[in-house]
Amino acid sequence: MTMNSTGRPTSLSAIDGDVPTQTVSGSKGLLQAEGLLFEIGSTQKTGVDLPAPKGGKDRLGGVTRTASSNLPGLSEPEAMRHYVRLSQKNYAIDLGLFPLGSCTMKHNPRLNEKVARLPGFADVHPMQPQATVQGALEVIEELAHWLMTLTNMPAVAMSPKAGAHGELCGMLSIRAALRARGEPNRKRVLVPVSAHGTNPATAAQCGFIIDEINAAPDGRVDLEDLKSKLKDSSDIAGIMLTNPNTCGLFERDIVKIAELIHAAGGYFYCDGANFNAIVGRVRPGDLGIDAMHINLHKTFSTPHGGGGPGSGPTVLSNALAPYAPVPFIVKTAEGLRFVEHHSDAPDSFGRMCAFHGQMGMFTRALTYILSHGADGLRQVAEDAVLNANYILARLKPLMSPAFEGYCMHEALFSDGFLKDTGVETIDIAKGLIDEGYHPMTMYFPLVVHGAMLIEPTETESKAELDRFCDALASIARRAVQKDPSLKSAPHLAPTKRLDETRAARSPRLKWTPEPPTLKAAE
Amino acid sequence: MTTYYTNEHEWISVEGDIGTVGITAFAAEKLGDVVFVELPDAGRQVKKEGDMAVVESVKAASDVYAPVSGDVTEANSAIVDDPAKVNADPEGAGWFVKLKLSNTAELSGLMDKAAYDKFCAAQ
Repeated sequence: MTMNSTGRPTSLSAIDGDVPTQTVSGSKGLLQAEGLLFEIGSTQKTGVDLPAPKGGKDRLGGVTRTASSNLPGLSEPEAMRHYVRLSQKNYAIDLGLFPLGSCTMKHNPRLNEKVARLPGFADVHPMQPQATVQGALEVIEELAHWLMTLTNMPAVAMSPKAGAHGELCGMLSIRAALRARGEPNRKRVLVPVSAHGTNPATAAQCGFIIDEINAAPDGRVDLEDLKSKLKDSSDIAGIMLTNPNTCGLFERDIVKIAELIHAAGGYFYCDGANFNAIVGRVRPGDLGIDAMHINLHKTFSTPHGGGGPGSGPTVLSNALAPYAPVPFIVKTAEGLRFVEHHSDAPDSFGRMCAFHGQMGMFTRALTYILSHGADGLRQVAEDAVLNANYILARLKPLMSPAFEGYCMHEALFSDGFLKDTGVETIDIAKGLIDEGYHPMTMYFPLVVHGAMLIEPTETESKAELDRFCDALASIARRAVQKDPSLKSAPHLAPTKRLDETRAARSPRLKWTPEPPTLKAAE
Repeated sequence: MTTYYTNEHEWISVEGDIGTVGITAFAAEKLGDVVFVELPDAGRQVKKEGDMAVVESVKAASDVYAPVSGDVTEANSAIVDDPAKVNADPEGAGWFVKLKLSNTAELSGLMDKAAYDKFCAAQ
């Protein structure tokens, strides 16, 4: 029997020799096989017992559905088990280290959840009279205060509902400011080649034209290329830059970049996706930025990635603040009040969403900030950077770091060490699944060949980092030894290697019932 | 007919002032299985080194740049319907667009086959 270092069997089955691998039910051990709702339920069944509607008068002008909707009915235990079984197949941050680079998959503290579930927060409705939700408004105000303090920025728009929504908020503010200046013809936005894809997409969505800036060999913005793009600056609207950037590196020239952009008449949008690496240590306002979104669901630990919605408050400089979206909160003699309408804020570029933003995330993020305090938040950034550098240092001898020197909050490797092995980045990722880990981010950023981007976050212990590094190191060794089994990994997961090409080329997006003849034959 | 190559891994085969453009076998191999292609409509003007098409593989989405300036005269709808053609025959049936060149002098800055092969070997 194979044992691990603590003397426990490493195989799921403690018995050596021939053991059954197939079952009649399709379930394996206590891991349940689960079909689609349509396969489990039936149109002949319902989980609720409702009386037939009375009256039955058609108030829809004759467009009432008469045919069956063909939606499957399930009993409550069937529906409950369906979702619990699916959740057991899911990999989650509550289950293990989640090394997706650029995603900041940190632990979501339970204290946040406790506070968010207090009835005064959990049960408020956005259409309640404002006088009855003063506590909730105060939470938004206090969170806004701390976000402005941490970034040293004079204003913040709280309503954007995710990172890219925050980018949209920032770029729409820039567009409004340019229009107010009488320079709507400034259309060119500079974007580094390593940028998150949402940056150029956001700028294009706002009607800007994207101009790419090359990366220097050290993975940062090529300052000379930037200067050449600014030679004729009459059409420059601004720059969108992530710092630390997507290669996990701090843009050392950021102050110079801000000066160049401002001298060219443009605005500086900073993508705050990687704020976790610098929170409490660097205030983006000191670097000369005009707008930055803050991913509450990354830096401030609110659940994301299927676990909850994003939230992307966007801090704004004095130059952009007048154009911030509604709603925003003002203090009045009667307490806190929302300014909801464009007519009350004529310079505002308008409204970005219904209601007021992600209230549930606001309570969690504020809890996180207050429970950590200034020293705690500083340590968040320090430990996030330390953990990433630990991974970089441990794997450096076996894998190929994309750039020289230390990294910030994420370690980036290229596929250089896989040259001539026949093994590719995707095989390494699939190998990690067999080892019980969600794969790292792969093939991003695009500027690094076969990129593998690992962000451990500060919430992993050294023991857990070691376990992860041991697993990844063993895969790297197998790759260099041209282990053919990596090409078909994962072998131990509930489903084997999926055909991603076929799934993308001819996706089957709709469930269709089995032909009845098949059932009859059974 | 002469074929030229760019350092962004496009090829263009020119006959008179009409050029057929695609991505090179090297690029197709690096991209992996192509799953989606977006092509410009006939009649669109493209600028040398400007965005011309989009190609998406299981690994990444990439822009395809125009090797020279001109007007798109025809787009290869066969690769839109069946992107696998780009991997199967990138420098033949997997062509992207035909261009009417607006300035044939722009060709002089591009590589020939030997120079391109050398360029790829150094990648």
